[in-house]
Amino acid sequence: MKFERKDILGIKDLSVDEINLILETAGSFLEVSTRKIKKVPTLRGKTVINLFYEASTRTRTSFEIAGKRLSADTINISSSTSSVMKGETLIDTARNLEAMNPDVIVIRHSAAGAPHLLASLVKQSIINAGDGAHEHPSQALLDMMTIKERKGNFPGLKVAIIGDIEHSRVVRSNIYGLSKMGATVVVAGPATMLPRDIEQMGVKVFDKMEDAITDADVVMMLRIQLERQKQNIFPSLREYSQRYCLNRNNIKLAKKDVIVMHPGPINRGVELSPDIADDPSFSVILDQVNKGVAVRMALLYLLTGGSE
Amino acid sequence: MKLLLTGARVIDPAQKIDSRLDVFLENGKIARVGANLSKSTKSKDAEKITKIIDLAGMIIVPGLIDMHTHLREPGFEYKETVASGAAAAVAGGFTSIACMPNTNPVNDNRSITEFIKAKAAEANLANVYPIGAISRNSDGDQLTEFWDLKEAGVIALSDDGKPVMNAALMRRAMEYAHSLQLPVINHCEDIHLSANGAMNESYYSTILGLNGIPAIAEEVMVARDILIAEYTGTSVHIAHVSTAGSVRLIRSAKERGVNVTAETAPHFFTLTDEALQGYDTFFKVNPPLRGEKDVKAIKEGLADGTIDVIACDHAPHARTDKEVEFEYAANGISGLETSLSLSLNLIHSKILSWPELVSRMSTRPARILNLPKGTLKEGADADITVIDPLLPWTVDVQAFRSRGKNSPFHGRQMQGKALMTIVGGEIKYDGR
Repeated sequence: MKFERKDILGIKDLSVDEINLILETAGSFLEVSTRKIKKVPTLRGKTVINLFYEASTRTRTSFEIAGKRLSADTINISSSTSSVMKGETLIDTARNLEAMNPDVIVIRHSAAGAPHLLASLVKQSIINAGDGAHEHPSQALLDMMTIKERKGNFPGLKVAIIGDIEHSRVVRSNIYGLSKMGATVVVAGPATMLPRDIEQMGVKVFDKMEDAITDADVVMMLRIQLERQKQNIFPSLREYSQRYCLNRNNIKLAKKDVIVMHPGPINRGVELSPDIADDPSFSVILDQVNKGVAVRMALLYLLTGGSE
Repeated sequence: MKLLLTGARVIDPAQKIDSRLDVFLENGKIARVGANLSKSTKSKDAEKITKIIDLAGMIIVPGLIDMHTHLREPGFEYKETVASGAAAAVAGGFTSIACMPNTNPVNDNRSITEFIKAKAAEANLANVYPIGAISRNSDGDQLTEFWDLKEAGVIALSDDGKPVMNAALMRRAMEYAHSLQLPVINHCEDIHLSANGAMNESYYSTILGLNGIPAIAEEVMVARDILIAEYTGTSVHIAHVSTAGSVRLIRSAKERGVNVTAETAPHFFTLTDEALQGYDTFFKVNPPLRGEKDVKAIKEGLADGTIDVIACDHAPHARTDKEVEFEYAANGISGLETSLSLSLNLIHSKILSWPELVSRMSTRPARILNLPKGTLKEGADADITVIDPLLPWTVDVQAFRSRGKNSPFHGRQMQGKALMTIVGGEIKYDGR
């Protein structure tokens, strides 16, 4: 199969075949990161720009390492070091970058739809590295890769996603991806963190965490953003953690071989108790990070014509 | 200038006229409306008639009035000026427009009102009626000088663009304005409920990851204003109604005899929030495009008269205001040049009759604003819109007279258009 897409803007647009191709390609890149010399010449002479309008350590580093292990030249632009602060519009920034002829632009932006605007303006490939509360496709792909490795296949799996569903781009991308691949997705969180008509995305919705994680094969905990407390979407961290923290007790409701995931960074003791986060019999969190590099290598490879 | 318009179907709901008649205009007034005026007029006034226009197949209605326009001058001339807005108005078939006060500075005092009127006189196209601010700088704190504003030419009051959040201030504004026979128009939006919203709160805001503006942000304030009007025995006009709940509230208030009137805009009966899926900022407007059940309720409200008026909420913007990330983009649609055609769809789809449409776009707004307009009675101002009801055309924003090219209807096929706009007996737009 040939990968025909110019951009990766969201999982919503991807077909099952495309997702499988990305996961297979990522699988073949996993090994590169275990070599003594962690570099292949595949993207030599290609330029990848990481345009990050929002603070990020994990995702930006992951994309940078992915590019470098493929021998691409990677350039990082973050909001504090660029013209972003000088008030240049996204359109002008895009046209200027385009004029320097990169091959791929990876964009992270707090405004939903910003990667779509960029993609409509420039001829280069765009990868959405997270836009507002919209999508975070590379995260969902690395989550799917992790689940597939641990559980074999998706049909019949129950995946519970717990936390601030409303403000999470990870949730939306995972709902699209996991549903397409045949898994059942349930979500739970306080009523104030459940977006309007989320059921129409084809998920079951609970406000009690216990109801959602019962018999789950996968439990994915979301980071609670501490600044949301000011918006009155939850009364206190203390109360939140009493109701929505995954711990030794409530994890017993899930299947025995349940795996616990988290897109990071973790608020230890808030949404995830430390003993679960650090227990390798449940936690696959660092495995997710490891797969992240391979998935991003696959995306860069496929977008630059690697499947031809 | 004397004009004799012959052969058209003449519709004037104020006089319950709907038949093939001739209209004779003289000295800026409507001199006569009747059958075969060409004969009688010729014999009597033959030498006086300077022009006879054959309008067979066309429709003559009292000049359309848009009671909700943003002209952007002073302060935002790069978006629109009084002159460019007035040119857009006549091209869209509007003989009169009422302009909202959210300019910079805000139209909250006599000098701004006089400035706008002077600019309008200079442009000499449509009648331009300034709407004054309810509160100084539209800050919602202190009332403006309603009487002085009225003396200067303001025909209504509104803090449009912003709601009047303070219910006590709204009560005082409605009481004081009522004693001056000045209508109060409110932009109903509870800003705590709509906080940071970029679109309607719905399944689509959920999948797009955009903050939603719930229907109740509008409805709680519609309910509040109805209660204030009812309690104080005053009146209120609700701007740009967008939700089914607002229609229901207004309908039941009218049944109780509350003095409430309401308008909606063409985009609210034409588009839904589903259109936002490509993050196209031309669909971004406040209040936001709502769901299908809202569109249905708006149409029902127009049909049964719950919604009195179709107003453009003409909100012109420059490219730079719209060519940004969705949540940073300005709200608004440049509407003057598409409003009539979009509204004609309500006739094509049998939701409104012709007289009902003319009532929503001329008779009712004239009555709400206390303007001596909206009719073809003999002696009335010769403000006339001639409509070609079937003309097929395609919206092209580059052909807009408005500086605001921000229309989500660019490229849309339309049926029916203003053919000629006559203001005070003078042809200000001629599309023949």
